[in-house]
Amino acid sequence: MAALLSERNREAEARAAELEARLTEVQAEIGALRRRAEKDRLDFGVQISALEARADQFREALLNLRTAWQAVALARHPQRPKAQDFIAALLDDFTELHGDRLFRDDPAITAGLGWFEGRPVVAVGPHKGKDTRENIAHNFGMPYPEGYRKALRVMKLAEKFGYPVISVVDTPAAYPGDAAEERGQAEAIARNIEEMTRLRVPVLVVITGEGGSGGALAIAVGDAILMLENAIYTVIPPEGCAAILWRDASRAREAAAALRLTAADLTTLEIVDEIVPEPRGGAHLDPAATTEAVRGALRRHLQALSAFPVDELLRRRYAKYRRIGYHEERV
Amino acid sequence: MLNWLRRPKHGAIERRDVPAGLWTKCPKCGAVVYAKELERNLKVCPKCGFHHRLTAEERLAATLDEGTFEETDAALTSGDPLRFDGYREKLAEARQKTGNADAIMTGIGLIEGCRTAIGALDFTFMGGSMGSVVGEKVARIAERALEARAPLVLFSASGGARMQEGALSLMQLAKTSAAIGRLRDARLPYLSIMCDPTTGGVTASFAFLGDVILAEPGALIGFAGRRVIEQTIRRKLPENFQTAEFCLEHGLIDMVVPRTEMRPTLARLLRFFGAPKVADSRPAAPAQPDAAPQPDIVPPPDPVRSEGL
Repeated sequence: MAALLSERNREAEARAAELEARLTEVQAEIGALRRRAEKDRLDFGVQISALEARADQFREALLNLRTAWQAVALARHPQRPKAQDFIAALLDDFTELHGDRLFRDDPAITAGLGWFEGRPVVAVGPHKGKDTRENIAHNFGMPYPEGYRKALRVMKLAEKFGYPVISVVDTPAAYPGDAAEERGQAEAIARNIEEMTRLRVPVLVVITGEGGSGGALAIAVGDAILMLENAIYTVIPPEGCAAILWRDASRAREAAAALRLTAADLTTLEIVDEIVPEPRGGAHLDPAATTEAVRGALRRHLQALSAFPVDELLRRRYAKYRRIGYHEERV
Repeated sequence: MLNWLRRPKHGAIERRDVPAGLWTKCPKCGAVVYAKELERNLKVCPKCGFHHRLTAEERLAATLDEGTFEETDAALTSGDPLRFDGYREKLAEARQKTGNADAIMTGIGLIEGCRTAIGALDFTFMGGSMGSVVGEKVARIAERALEARAPLVLFSASGGARMQEGALSLMQLAKTSAAIGRLRDARLPYLSIMCDPTTGGVTASFAFLGDVILAEPGALIGFAGRRVIEQTIRRKLPENFQTAEFCLEHGLIDMVVPRTEMRPTLARLLRFFGAPKVADSRPAAPAQPDAAPQPDIVPPPDPVRSEGL
């Protein structure tokens, strides 16, 4: 059973909010000086460098605080490497497969075949865009039921041939639309979850960005759950949580802290097995280094999991999920 | 003025205009019904057929043969693993209000003589939300069904995963689905009944994994909330969206069954899937809403610790 988390560090949260406010002020001052310099043709170089040094100090202090809200921002960073980038970088000869054979091909899910460290594997992951055009084309990485059904179809293909599954998870949510409901969004997610608890091949999951509730879990049940240092994994987005709790979506920052959605918290709760470190400042600052860190962790876990006979693998997977949770016994 | 324009809201039983306890006003058709008569009719409005929500105790009493329920894991109760603001207070309030430890009641009982593992979620306890305790109890009752080679019947009524337990709640989707998966491997029947409302994480796990999926008339069933969907698609949704009837039409569930026919329907299904009849049952529940006087709903007996299951 999961351990109780320690008391939240509210001081750090308050301090981070203050630092951010001061950073915004300094940035505004720098902007104002620059505009004046241009307008009046004056040289404020010395003042601007001093202010920039202060801004750097604030940034440095913020990085050291490591609050949940920073993880939320980094996990959603537009330049953060996306699931399809990781899949393309981790796998050789990636061949994408399409369609759920029932309705259509969901562009919000990438699924296919490739070689990982010389082994044939199957990979799945949501497709989030890096700009508005891409995001619209791929529905902001929010799958429809047919996306989950495509992922399951390809994972069953892995099972047929005994190939391991690598799932790279970065999605804000399952798409909340009327057509998605009509086609059985809940059933598609439930089916995937159940099937993944019983898939007779090693399943490796790495949460690289947003782990958005059931929409993420539908491709995130496995034997080894890895998570990038600044990724988040949550039952509800902090904005939604704040809207329900306090009827005020702007208190998302508080909600993010309360939900315990960081890799560190989830490791304590025994939901995540290993945190994969990111370059300082976030994965987007060095995607290649991040990919290599993910590769190393996946290689290690795949090697360890490959040693188990299938029935033992499934027994361990069942026990892993059976254990997660916290309850008390009232006398 | 304009009073005649006001429509009663659906949902909770309105007690404002009627003497407390004796009479109940139907939130749908406005009919004032003698409370005893409503209870005799399993809380289905005899005038319009509106299904009032039931607590877990009422549900089990309406489903099981009288006096056959043995509750399991009654002592399991939620902690506050995340130290989430206000959670302890909300739990205390819900326990006070319902007299139950959490949002589900599980156990073993007979349906028309068929021995079955059974569970009922209770919407009155924090919206029937699934945290660690609900997940654990669903997994345990599924495992008990497995050990006893008994069928499993689960009644859902839930707003989804319990926010206050964060990702631990989310993981209960995996825990419960894994346990249901074992029933599938063991070829044991699992009947899922969705009651008003069944939404979010509960639909995205055990509720939609039934071998046969039933629903009560008019029940709200869906993954995402109506408001979220309307904001996303920037359109108004039709009135019947995400109702049991809508789900039936879209091929998502097997049947919509009125409460007064639920017990015989479940028994018929259990017998089909090979559940042996181990005892004589009480007289069948009324088939017609306004049939002749029927026995009152009897609360379940004091929970008995189950030894064998």
